[in-house]
Amino acid sequence: MLPDLLLERTAAAPNIRQQEAAGVKASPRVGSRTRTLLRGLVGVILLAGIWEVAPRVGLVNDYFVPPLSQVLQAWWHLVQTGELARHVRASVVRSASGFFLAIVIAVPLGGAIAWYRSVREVLTPPLELFRNTAALALLPVFVLTLGIGETSKIAIVTYACFFPVLLNTISGVSNVDPQLLRSARVLGLSPVTTFRKVVFPAALPTIFTGIRIAGAAAVLVLIAAEMIGATAGLGYYINYAQNNYLIAPMYAAILTTAALGLGVNYGLVALERRLSRWRA
Amino acid sequence: MSSTIELTGVRQVFQVRDKGGRPQEFVALESLDLTVRAGELFVLVGPSGCGKSTVLDLISGLNRPAGGSIRVGGQEVTEPGLDRGFVFQQYTLLPWRTAQGNIEFALEATGGLTRRERRERARTYLELVGLTEFADRYPHELSGGMKQRVAIARSLSYEPEVLLMDEPYGALDAQTRERLQQELLAIWRRTGTTIVFITHDIDEAVFLGQRVGVMSNRPGRLKAIVDVALDHGANRDVRSTEEFARHRHHVWSLLRSDLQAADSETTAGEVGRVA
Repeated sequence: MLPDLLLERTAAAPNIRQQEAAGVKASPRVGSRTRTLLRGLVGVILLAGIWEVAPRVGLVNDYFVPPLSQVLQAWWHLVQTGELARHVRASVVRSASGFFLAIVIAVPLGGAIAWYRSVREVLTPPLELFRNTAALALLPVFVLTLGIGETSKIAIVTYACFFPVLLNTISGVSNVDPQLLRSARVLGLSPVTTFRKVVFPAALPTIFTGIRIAGAAAVLVLIAAEMIGATAGLGYYINYAQNNYLIAPMYAAILTTAALGLGVNYGLVALERRLSRWRA
Repeated sequence: MSSTIELTGVRQVFQVRDKGGRPQEFVALESLDLTVRAGELFVLVGPSGCGKSTVLDLISGLNRPAGGSIRVGGQEVTEPGLDRGFVFQQYTLLPWRTAQGNIEFALEATGGLTRRERRERARTYLELVGLTEFADRYPHELSGGMKQRVAIARSLSYEPEVLLMDEPYGALDAQTRERLQQELLAIWRRTGTTIVFITHDIDEAVFLGQRVGVMSNRPGRLKAIVDVALDHGANRDVRSTEEFARHRHHVWSLLRSDLQAADSETTAGEVGRVA
């Protein structure tokens, strides 16, 4: 049997002139959604099953890896006591603040770097230096200068999110089709209008790639930062639970972190899809 | 609604590097004089690299000439303006806007129209190019010919005095091209806009042009202007007339002599090198 990708990409469909002649619009072949969903569910159930059974039959030590059911019990307990909500809220507020702050700074700066040679030439060397410095390596610096409160955590998330968004904005803005720029100039559009109506929409798909990478980075870096110096947050709780042999709650917190990352990523993908419906 | 275009002693020079990397001047146009009459469909034909597109860029105001003057409707051209529309060879539509939205985009630039007026005007011009049914399609859902028709509708929508077309049908298949040529003649007759059309296709030049300007190569100069103005009567197959063949041959000979001159030049150069 031929691989599905080959079949789908070469499937028969009326070409654009045939569509024109018949006055119809081709519909892309839609695979059954339910089937896709069901198959995905099978994968998850398989993983859950292994996690549940392996400790029970002694494949792994059930003290260090408790069965999934115990982890879920611990998770439910954390939900009921409200402790989980407290940590989740702390983490979400920090990562969201840092994430949005990074976007607000990086997109205009990236646009300026791409548009003005002088800005680019001055800023590229220092930015290259910072870009190649790991965010977590700078954590001590952030803590020393900004204290162990919220500021240092938000700052490190901003730092981690800043570069993916910046670099993608620069590449998106510099690679806008020159023909589109010519047609904007022929219409006598001002630079600001050109940016708003032509350059930004054209660069948006590339910028969004950066935003998605930043979304993942926001959660990852924050968890690590919270493990080192914090009094609340998921990273703090994972570390705390480990130190106190609260093994099942520790896994519960880790699962929550994964769910948070997953939620952020899916949210951004959905938003991106909404914004780029015009693409083939 | 149309303007005269006058080019006097136009010269255009680009900074380039030769194979050794030394900076050099590349003379694209030299003492070019040309007057396009108001309301005329003027076709500029020439070998590739002769500077045809450079002429259009200068008239559009995208570039400034190194010397000479360019006037449209008596006004010296210093920058792009909405009195001049431009249709590029690549269909430069905004991919995130529908056919309708792309025309509205140009109308937004003109200012002074309400959203509703823009929508209605865009409809009118889509109808002019026969694409009413495709108003809501995105560019990737349109064929090459349809995209170019949207681009033409967009350039006409703000009712420019002059329409500049840079090999607009170069990337289309022969049948589509022929249909769009017919369509362009019809639009030109209806709107009376001055059109400067660039092509390297002699048939296209003779078919469309009232006058055909033949350019020569290196540096680009206007070599001759041929009066064509064929009678495009209803259902008349102009291409098979003797008149068409005669004009075609005339333009062909003009271009040909230029090519031969270039050939003998290179041969002489090679001989020189051997000697």
